[in-house]
Amino acid sequence: MDIEIIANPKITIKDLNFFYGNYRALKDINLSIAEKMVTAFIGPSGCGKSTLLRTFNRMYQLYPKQKATGEIMLDGENILDPKQDLNMLRAKIGMVFQKPTPFPMSIYDNIAFGVKLYENLSKHDMEARVEWALRKAALWGEVKDKLKQSGTGLSGGQQQRLCIARAIAVKPQVLLLDEPTSALDPISTAHIEKLIDELKEDFTIVIVTHNMQQAARISDYTAYMYLGDLIELGETSTVFTNPKRKETEDYITGRFG
Amino acid sequence: MPMFSHEARLKRQAVYDLLFRSLTRVSAFGVLALLVAIIVSLVVGSMPAIHAFGFGFLTSSDWNPVNDKFGALIPIIGTLITSGIALLIAIPVSFGIALFLTELSPRVLRRPLGIAIELLAGIPSIIYGMWGLFVFAPLFADHVEPWINKHIGTLSYIGPFFKGPPMGIGMLTAGIILAIMVIPFIASVMRDVFDVVPALLKESAYGLGATTWEVMWQVVLPYTKVGVAGGIMLGLGRALGETMAITFVIGNAHELSKSLLMPGNSISSALANEFTEAVGELYTSSLIELGLILFFITFVVLSIARYMLYKLGQREGQAA
Repeated sequence: MDIEIIANPKITIKDLNFFYGNYRALKDINLSIAEKMVTAFIGPSGCGKSTLLRTFNRMYQLYPKQKATGEIMLDGENILDPKQDLNMLRAKIGMVFQKPTPFPMSIYDNIAFGVKLYENLSKHDMEARVEWALRKAALWGEVKDKLKQSGTGLSGGQQQRLCIARAIAVKPQVLLLDEPTSALDPISTAHIEKLIDELKEDFTIVIVTHNMQQAARISDYTAYMYLGDLIELGETSTVFTNPKRKETEDYITGRFG
Repeated sequence: MPMFSHEARLKRQAVYDLLFRSLTRVSAFGVLALLVAIIVSLVVGSMPAIHAFGFGFLTSSDWNPVNDKFGALIPIIGTLITSGIALLIAIPVSFGIALFLTELSPRVLRRPLGIAIELLAGIPSIIYGMWGLFVFAPLFADHVEPWINKHIGTLSYIGPFFKGPPMGIGMLTAGIILAIMVIPFIASVMRDVFDVVPALLKESAYGLGATTWEVMWQVVLPYTKVGVAGGIMLGLGRALGETMAITFVIGNAHELSKSLLMPGNSISSALANEFTEAVGELYTSSLIELGLILFFITFVVLSIARYMLYKLGQREGQAA
């Protein structure tokens, strides 16, 4: 493993192992995620990058027989501690998925859904929060006249920005993006990438992507994973122009994977 | 020579094909013809009653074979009320079952529980009726009805509906037995539609920190509402037409009573009980008209159910 020391970590992972039943999908992962930066996980399919992402909010716990061991420290608290309150954890760590997943309700209610789980806002404050989140997600201009319409009626790119707005409306500290543009066309993808660049002012962002150019364009740090191992982690410019490990070089130059 | 036999075979196949196609067409249209025939014979059979009582048949609570005066109000109300009670009980219970089976149950329990529920749907209705009369009704009369009388029967507005002698049989008992009978239907439809909710959608809600209950109630249920409503309608269709179980426990009394603890009658159980003893054209005809009314009610309910399921299918098509 070649891992650069990160000066200002928001999340620090120590000896993380992950199991699907008996299959060990992550092997002794150690890494840090820099605060208010974009960290990208890249690697071929099945390398464990999505699995790693899903340990951060313990989404794997919905499924029996999935188990993580080790330590994931977020602001000095271990996320994997069984005593950790899952709902509060997920309020701190938002997630956006491969495909847009608007809830079957109005655009307004899609955003308000998460906020209502934690905060008891007045109607006026809620309206302000919804507008704030939609503006942050660069969607306000397109939907401000149809907040009462169903979220499922938007285009794919708009739906995905709605999902980002929904995630940030709760004011999380960390935003997990699991291949957020894999189902989108190039124009929508460009929108989302620009958005990610703006969002890192407020949030620590971790993105899983299949698209190496995307990682190169938008991330500050890049982690290359292969078969459950973290091979290399470093500043994106270094990883892509001057990788320390041969495996990384083979992957990013397209000789493999 | 080989050319000739080839052509002959083609010709023969064409004839078989035509024959087979005609056969399937006749079968398919036969069903439709049967449906029409049933409607026509019901209408024709009920003509004497329609002529004699007109629209008043629906609003009259008279049922007097001696004087040849018939009105359908009591059985219609009985059918609607027992079915209503059944849904009132069955919907929340089925929702709970489906929620448990899709979200909470350990994987090993899912299949056996699912099969058990489907087996419940396969029990012949007469068994439910016997069980209702010989097991459930006495227990209900001894332990539940006195309590209902004492605690609910004394309330100011709803009290009169829950006051009456603890006989065990009656509208409420019939409704409860019906609920048990329709739960398997509603629960298995609900489970099936909950199962088609994309995992990512649920994960998105969990990812915001929602609890299982919040996910089910605020995301899964709205997403599947059309299918759930369709399942409920199918249950209602079954409840409306159920005969044997109801005949055992409803009491078969042509009396209009406010109380749900009192015996009543439903359309199907009136038919089952009285056809054998119906003498005279008007009596028979009135029973046939009852059948026509039941047919109409279930037809409407099932059409609504079909339409809702169709709408759900359409939406799934869009999403894919």
